[in-house]
Amino acid sequence: MLAYFAKRIGMMVVTLFLIITLTFFLMHAIPGGPFTSEKMLAPEIEEALNAKYGLNDPLWVQYLNYLKGIITLDLGPSFKYPGIRVNDLILDGLPVTAKTGFLALLCVAALGIPLGILAALNQNKWQDTAVMMLATVGVAIPSYVVATVALYIFALQLNLVPTFGLDDWRGYILPVAALSGFWLSFIARLSRSSLLEVLGQDYIVTAKAKGLHPLSILFKHGLRNALIPIVTVLGPVVANLLTGSFVIEQIFALPGIGRHFVLSISNRDYTTIMGITIFYAAFLMVMILIVDILYMLLDPRIKLADRNK
Amino acid sequence: MSEKLLEVQDLRVTFPTHRGDIDVVKGISFDLGRERLAIVGESGSGKSMTGRSILRLIRSPGRVTATKLKFDNIDLLDQSEKQMRALRGARISMVMQDPKYSLNPVLTIGEQIGEALRTHQNLPRKQVHDRVIDMLDQVRINDPDRVAKLYPHEVSGGMGQRIMIAMMLIPEPDLLIADEPTSALDVSVQAQVLDLIDGLIQQKGMGLIIISHDLNLVANYADRVLVMNAGEIVEECDASALKDAQHPYTKGLLAAVPRIDETREELPTLDRSQWDAT
Repeated sequence: MLAYFAKRIGMMVVTLFLIITLTFFLMHAIPGGPFTSEKMLAPEIEEALNAKYGLNDPLWVQYLNYLKGIITLDLGPSFKYPGIRVNDLILDGLPVTAKTGFLALLCVAALGIPLGILAALNQNKWQDTAVMMLATVGVAIPSYVVATVALYIFALQLNLVPTFGLDDWRGYILPVAALSGFWLSFIARLSRSSLLEVLGQDYIVTAKAKGLHPLSILFKHGLRNALIPIVTVLGPVVANLLTGSFVIEQIFALPGIGRHFVLSISNRDYTTIMGITIFYAAFLMVMILIVDILYMLLDPRIKLADRNK
Repeated sequence: MSEKLLEVQDLRVTFPTHRGDIDVVKGISFDLGRERLAIVGESGSGKSMTGRSILRLIRSPGRVTATKLKFDNIDLLDQSEKQMRALRGARISMVMQDPKYSLNPVLTIGEQIGEALRTHQNLPRKQVHDRVIDMLDQVRINDPDRVAKLYPHEVSGGMGQRIMIAMMLIPEPDLLIADEPTSALDVSVQAQVLDLIDGLIQQKGMGLIIISHDLNLVANYADRVLVMNAGEIVEECDASALKDAQHPYTKGLLAAVPRIDETREELPTLDRSQWDAT
């Protein structure tokens, strides 16, 4: 078991290294640099800045210097925000992004899965039709449309929630709803089909033939099996939600990291691009590892470690 | 046949389709004492549906109707779903076809066997465990303590089926319905499993309905045989009298069985024109 985790973590390090290398060179392949802008800087100043940040060195020297920083967990200074380090940029934005993301995740799990169960247990009845219709709409309409329309209705017309900011709890309602809409619908559909498939299995007939209570059949025999494919999807969903959405953060003016990420690309803010990419990648890999562990707990047929070795 | 354990009269299982209702079991009648009854027929003949309808386990939109469906003088069609649950597993049990699909993959064997007992009897944990181990021992599983902790994918098909039998016999039911208990097993294991069922049935004095497509195999383990075809009973006889069967379908089935001293170049197939009116 320990050997397995050591292997997995080793593989994660290798993957991360490949991602860093690829991103680094791809990023430098984009024309322009952090200090080229419409308002032309005096050439001497640009030169001085480039020299200060080491951008005149050959690319491989820059690459090695960057790797050296990474090993000490230093993501370097931001090129666009003078005096701010990328580490701080991420740490500042993370609480906002993570909090909205976590609330959205809660909505997805606490509403999506029960709605799916409700639909499956009432297959082809009105509850099923209603849930599936909502879910189809949720999957089909992009989040920014939901966000803008909701903002217009609930914030501007009805004045129920603030138009921007997270000063009180009402500020969270619309961003969280917009953020969770797609995945909530997706998970509801998946839960429904997964549970329906499981409930058609022979071992469910066995459970009935034993005279078990329907709730025991549903929870002990049905859901535990039906959750396996849902957990597969939830790993990436967690990563997706917790790392935030640029669009949603932009619409609701939330100071999260999703915003920084997209802005940093158009700004050629090299260190910020790298920093956030590495952070996202590492986070996603950890989530996938957690999903694999959950798998093993849910399904005894899956063995993470080779028993023979 | 001193007491009647099960009385079935005009049992029908109906499924609605786009072209109207279709009866997959077309009004069959039979009685059962504490004896061994075999229901034989090819696939689609309605034999499994008959077995499941006794436990009222036909999934909607399927419907079960009968002028009489009585188990130990309890009208099964009159029972609420809750009352049915108290009967299922406790007084009427069913061994299912393929242990690979009929055992829950994510629960241990011990847990699944114990569950049947815990559902119907309020016993302390320790006692349930002892009964499970004892039951596994009765179905001749070596090292029951170890096996109880295994998951279904970790045992062989023959072992799986014996586990299934243990699971269904542990609450000591009065009637066991065995739906193709051996069709997923190797020939070498089939006789073992049937011997096991037979031994336990006789020892506990239970009634048995064994559903199978294998005439000869089943004839050795039953007192009476019902032959079903297209939802109807076409032949009813004592197992020992099977070779004198009258109906052309039964005769055809028997004729199609290869013999050890086979001289025929080609085995005969069923000539359905003899009885297929539809």
